[in-house]
Amino acid sequence: MTDAPANAARPQEFETVLSGSDKTVANFDTQTRTPVEKVQHFLHSNPAAVPLIVLIASLVVFAVLVGGKFFSAFSMTLILQQVAIVGVIGAAQTLVVLTAGIDLSVGAIMVLSSVVMGQFTFRYGLPPVLSILCGFGVGALCGWINGTLVARVKLPPFIVTLGMWQIILATNFLYSANETIRSQDIEAQAPILQLFGDTFKVGNAVFTYGVIAMVLLVLLLWYVLNHTAWGRHVYAIGDDPAAAELAGVRVKHTLVSVYVIAGLICSLGGWLLIGRIGSVSPTAGQFANIESITAVVIGGISLFGGRGSILGMLFGALIVGVFSLGLRLIGTDPQWTYLLIGTLIIVAVAVDQWIRKVAG
Amino acid sequence: MSIEPLLTARGLVKRYGRVTALNQADFDLYPGEILAVIGDNGAGKSSLIKAISGAVTPDEGEIRLDGKPVQFRSPIEARAAGIETVYQNLALSPALSIADNMFLGREIRKPGFMGKWLRMLDRAAMEKRARDKLSELGLMTIQNIGQAVETLSGGQRQGVAVARAAAFGSKMIILDEPTAALGVKESRRVLELILDVKRRGLPIVLISHNMPHVFEVADRIHIHRLGRRLCVIDPKQYTMSDAVAFMTGAKTPPEELIAA
Repeated sequence: MTDAPANAARPQEFETVLSGSDKTVANFDTQTRTPVEKVQHFLHSNPAAVPLIVLIASLVVFAVLVGGKFFSAFSMTLILQQVAIVGVIGAAQTLVVLTAGIDLSVGAIMVLSSVVMGQFTFRYGLPPVLSILCGFGVGALCGWINGTLVARVKLPPFIVTLGMWQIILATNFLYSANETIRSQDIEAQAPILQLFGDTFKVGNAVFTYGVIAMVLLVLLLWYVLNHTAWGRHVYAIGDDPAAAELAGVRVKHTLVSVYVIAGLICSLGGWLLIGRIGSVSPTAGQFANIESITAVVIGGISLFGGRGSILGMLFGALIVGVFSLGLRLIGTDPQWTYLLIGTLIIVAVAVDQWIRKVAG
Repeated sequence: MSIEPLLTARGLVKRYGRVTALNQADFDLYPGEILAVIGDNGAGKSSLIKAISGAVTPDEGEIRLDGKPVQFRSPIEARAAGIETVYQNLALSPALSIADNMFLGREIRKPGFMGKWLRMLDRAAMEKRARDKLSELGLMTIQNIGQAVETLSGGQRQGVAVARAAAFGSKMIILDEPTAALGVKESRRVLELILDVKRRGLPIVLISHNMPHVFEVADRIHIHRLGRRLCVIDPKQYTMSDAVAFMTGAKTPPEELIAA
């Protein structure tokens, strides 16, 4: 290194040639792209597009294969009814997955909340509305424990929620003494518990209030995630928590709030569950955690956090519903459904990886 | 110097277990200047900067901003006091847009009912301010401010991070190795950007290993060695090899500089 005396603000000698250099460097890239790249870019900026396309394609395929029996208002709304609970629990899962976490305890929180709603009414004689609020309280508490262990004790979300899944499920069985509350009793004494199972008809279409609640919940969360500061912070934390912290996001606080809200949503799922099965059963909803993760993954939400749209999760849940009903109407062995869903999960993650290459 | 320093630190100590990263370190930043901080790896530059930017809390010592003692427990508190830092890793969220990144943690909400009750973000206002700031700094011609940061080049990302600091820093800006990852041309743009920010009257702390860059833009050079300020030199009176010699301990700086 030669020691030229310093000249303030004069370029280094080797940099003088820069005056002749191409000035377009700072422009955003506008080169023409190949059609494949265009598709890749489109999918990158619209994360819900892939599941939507798959959903529409599977609807068309089954409509052609099965015909009018499948492609009817009745069947379509039946699918909605069947995915209502997965949609709600999937919404909770979406929030957690967007922060690069995973929540294995969602199903357990849902069941425990539904048991609390039922048992508080029938064992302690609380007014049903109050019992429902207690159910939400229990969900929020479970979420708070998850969130605190993840954000403040800094344990991996997988481990925390794996443990909490067992703990909550055991609590559920111990507390309920494995006792089911019969549908007739609920109908006679606390019909509000079954509110989300009530149906109304629009032509041949049959809707439950549970379906409406699920769709409204997803739309609400879509708004919150995309148009509020809290939602942007959720994405930023999933992307890079250290960067988010330095940029001024209250990472721990936001993470705890994500798990608490996920817990509250699971309680709503528990309420829907009572409407769906009619009774309060501590053994219901065993696979809700796996089903919600399936919906999230097929919905194109990255398990690495920070990417994806909650609408994709809804489409993912619907895809599973369409496959289940369509294959049942065709009359195949139900195992074909699982086989196809399994394939879809792997394809969805492969597509996600491909789309993310756009960033490279 | 007769003018009062904007920020002073006296006797900062920071220990990590048995390692002492800062050992009675002092620091002064005067209004409107570019102060470069240089030092060998492990000299404690980063710890010093982190103490000032609120990323770590020193075990001992005092920091005064505008003559008033301050204690930052987090970068958020330092930012609230007007100290903006561009970290080496830039602290950007790749999947979020340029505008979302610039306003991360201090979003603008819509006025009236939508903002107050529905907490709706004012995207249009944020995007406009982000675009204004970027073009004001002559940084880039923006086609799409809603573009995800991960689709930008390294220099463009650096530009966004510097623009964010310049847009919100009201007292001073700290730049940690802003040219380390950049090519010749992009480094040049960032240096011009630094001088441009200085012309707006904001003092800048520049941490760099790049001696030509340091000697080109700095008004004073703070040389850090073994956890403390060794001396402060004027780049017009000393050569790069002097600076390197002081920094590595090959030469002892004259007495009057140590006193400074």
